[in-house]
Amino acid sequence: MTCDHLVIVGASLAGLRGAEAARQAGFAGRLTLIGDEPHRPYDRPPLSKQVLTGSVAPAATALPNLVPLAAEWHLGSAAAALDRGERVVTLQDGRRIAYDRLLIATGARPRPWPDAAQGRLAGVHTLRGREDAAALRASLAEKPARVLVIGGGFIGCEVAAACRDLGLPVTLVETGPTVLAGVLGTYLGAVVGALHEARGVDLVFDAKVEALEDDGTGRVVRARLADGRAIETDCVVVALGAVRNTEWLTGSGLAFDEGGVDCDPEGYVVDTEGRPDKAIAAAGDVARFPHPLYDGRRVALEHWGHAAAQGAHAARLLTGHGAGPYDEVPAFWSSQGGVTIKSVGLTEGADSLVIAQGDPKTGRFLALYGRAGRCIAAVSFDSVRWLPAYAEMVAVRAPFPPIRGGVDQGRLSEMAPGLAQRDET
Amino acid sequence: MSDATLFEQVKDEANRADPYPLFARLRETPVALQSDGTYVASTHAAITSLLHDPRVSSETLPPADRPKTGNPLSDWIVKPIRDRITDAHRPFIFRDPPDHDTLRKAVMHEFTNARVQALRARSHTLVDEILTKHAGSTEFDVVDDLAYPLPVTIICEMLGVPTEDEPRFHGWATQLATALEPDTLADTEARAENSRTFETISDYMTGLIKEKRRTPKDDMLSGLAGGGVPGVPRMGDYDLIATSILMLVAGHETTVNLIANATLALMRNPEELASLRRDPGRAPRLIEEVQRYDPPVQFRTRRALADIAIAGTTIPEGADIILLLASGNRDPAVFTDPDRFDPDRGGIRHLGFGGGLHYCIGAPLARFEAEAALTALAQRLDHPRLADDPPPYRPGSALRGPKHLRLAIDGIRPS
Amino acid sequence: MPDPNVPDIGPSPSPDPSRAAGGLRVTVDLNRCQAYAQCCYAAPDHFTLHGAEALHYDPAPTAAARDAIERARVSCPIQAILVEDAGSGHP
Repeated sequence: MTCDHLVIVGASLAGLRGAEAARQAGFAGRLTLIGDEPHRPYDRPPLSKQVLTGSVAPAATALPNLVPLAAEWHLGSAAAALDRGERVVTLQDGRRIAYDRLLIATGARPRPWPDAAQGRLAGVHTLRGREDAAALRASLAEKPARVLVIGGGFIGCEVAAACRDLGLPVTLVETGPTVLAGVLGTYLGAVVGALHEARGVDLVFDAKVEALEDDGTGRVVRARLADGRAIETDCVVVALGAVRNTEWLTGSGLAFDEGGVDCDPEGYVVDTEGRPDKAIAAAGDVARFPHPLYDGRRVALEHWGHAAAQGAHAARLLTGHGAGPYDEVPAFWSSQGGVTIKSVGLTEGADSLVIAQGDPKTGRFLALYGRAGRCIAAVSFDSVRWLPAYAEMVAVRAPFPPIRGGVDQGRLSEMAPGLAQRDET
Repeated sequence: MSDATLFEQVKDEANRADPYPLFARLRETPVALQSDGTYVASTHAAITSLLHDPRVSSETLPPADRPKTGNPLSDWIVKPIRDRITDAHRPFIFRDPPDHDTLRKAVMHEFTNARVQALRARSHTLVDEILTKHAGSTEFDVVDDLAYPLPVTIICEMLGVPTEDEPRFHGWATQLATALEPDTLADTEARAENSRTFETISDYMTGLIKEKRRTPKDDMLSGLAGGGVPGVPRMGDYDLIATSILMLVAGHETTVNLIANATLALMRNPEELASLRRDPGRAPRLIEEVQRYDPPVQFRTRRALADIAIAGTTIPEGADIILLLASGNRDPAVFTDPDRFDPDRGGIRHLGFGGGLHYCIGAPLARFEAEAALTALAQRLDHPRLADDPPPYRPGSALRGPKHLRLAIDGIRPS
Repeated sequence: MPDPNVPDIGPSPSPDPSRAAGGLRVTVDLNRCQAYAQCCYAAPDHFTLHGAEALHYDPAPTAAARDAIERARVSCPIQAILVEDAGSGHP
């Protein structure tokens, strides 16, 4: 089987970097990119930060194209179906595109507000794409009386921080005991919560928004909490995480659900029997794969660097310019309220945490997460220069805690990270 | 095991003009124990790793030990106190967090973009003046005529040190810079000479700082001496003196090598000189390639605070570590054809300005000064030829650069 | 081996007709950015540090910023600045 035509479904970061990597590796065949949005690939991180504060225009976020692609672009129509027998992708507008090799990089979309009618009220937003950001920016520019952010994950926290940058009153409601509890645990979650509280964000924890209410004209005016409390608001941002764009794979015989399409360690997608299809790989948010660093646990990562790296890996794999398992150490960053949080590794299942560098009291520190006596993740708060050292330790699963007696190191008392314990079965 | 005297040979002045073949041999063992007990890290990966390792300390200076004077009061009362003060207030390149971070933050507050951009413009003016002054010459010593006076004038103006005093501390700066040379640190007499120089320059700075407090001007010393900015650490006088001496010395001893090494590389690669003349926009990438190919600061010394397992060896607690930055820059694992001078190689992650917490503060200024100097030299020197190749070098192996870089020229064109 | 994470950045003809003639596209790999702030000195109108480590940058500078962006790109110690520049004469 040779690859004369590589088709990439998904024209965002993973798709673009995949296309570039294929060309850079010497792939000279036909290259086609399919995107559901009418835009060339653009960068998403600014959408929840500088675009909201108005310092970057939504349309200015096009990603640089670093390698000549000589590609055919099909933009503005999403992939609707995959026929693996015929090797054809069908688009929503009916176009049929045959492939020799297929890279699935369809990404994710915001988990919608559970009540569709309430989710459609004027003033209710989700945030993922350029249009979402433009709409939210426009709402914020009208100086809403109070913004309500539902969900204390990274997007929720960044939006709340942007609102405070703009001087807007903002309430963040989170079902858990702190923000970011799922990713960082309650210990660091509380540190981030304190940061937002100090900047004037009203934080409501252990609370669930039950309903969004309108004024009779279809404009949101209020949120009703499960405990009966009401929050008056004219701008709501629903930030409840993401679901993967996999529905179009229905009928393809591939293994998928809203958490991603399943891949083998190299990145080839697998069918419902677990057999890899060596004509198709997946990358980016949509790809769920067993990570070698984490005992083969299947993960689907929504990280910028991961999309770029896995997109490139999958494209090289498909075009015969690379092989082997994908084993990049996961890494992400967030900036909120002037503080930059950067992370390597995955915290999930951590049973211990030490402040390995600096001191949370000063705002500059690095926290290290351990599991069963091994380093599994490191998170820096305005201390990124220490991160590479700990990234090396995470990459080799060094004993936890790995080093003592260094500069800028305190007592390294072990604490509970406050993360849900992973099911061992 | 590779030759344990390789680093001795690096320090040997006989190898000053081209230490790079020695670096290649050192890289065969990424972290190599030398016969003097130091560990030399010479690959890009090992150096990068150690630059970011919290177990690697910058507090490498031996305890202060001023020479005795024979006067019992001085030797038994004053000397121990002053030695202790010196030890507690080293310049921040020799200090670890949290002190390093505090001092650096105070300096960064004064190293403002507005100040740097103004000095960038000033660099171009100064270079023009210097070249115009030599308009009729048929000989031009890049070191004495340009690479030295430019950064010295800039650092003096930035700090607020009267340029007319410069001749006085020219020698002091050269003397103090030897604190980066391992052989100076190992030599009691050389250290004594350094500490006498430090006293002298400290006295000078103390006077200057007093004056800045009386009559503050728009310069860094006035800013640092004034302090009182919310959120910015205020420096004590001893730290202020040490910091200002550090910046003065750094301004004297590093950018001079950058400009000289860059000019040498251009003279040895005439096609690069020609393309810079055609396109001054090539200067930035050229400067980064010089920082890779022939960096002014060739290595820095650190100390292990704990046993460090790296690259198949263990650096024991307390050992001195040489981070051979200039060797990491020639590592074929990172740079294709590393011994070729090629500004267009792209993706140059050089170690010329260090890395980690101690990354060179003055790097932006050094780049702007070098850009001003190189673009003007390329434009204005008429038919430059190297008078000596290799040129004579200054003695330092850590801070390495030509003592003179004499060019024969047919003249200097008007700007 | 050159680091595969550092793309060999050269100009590529922009296939995007929507882009203003000769403009640039910039993105910074903020996973790798270590806030050395060299870009903030090299191109102060296009890169700024907010707080200690949050780098804000202009993703779509005009052609007039070409030299400044080039200075920023090459001076990044970890080569985290990615630039597409259709109009550059530099290889």
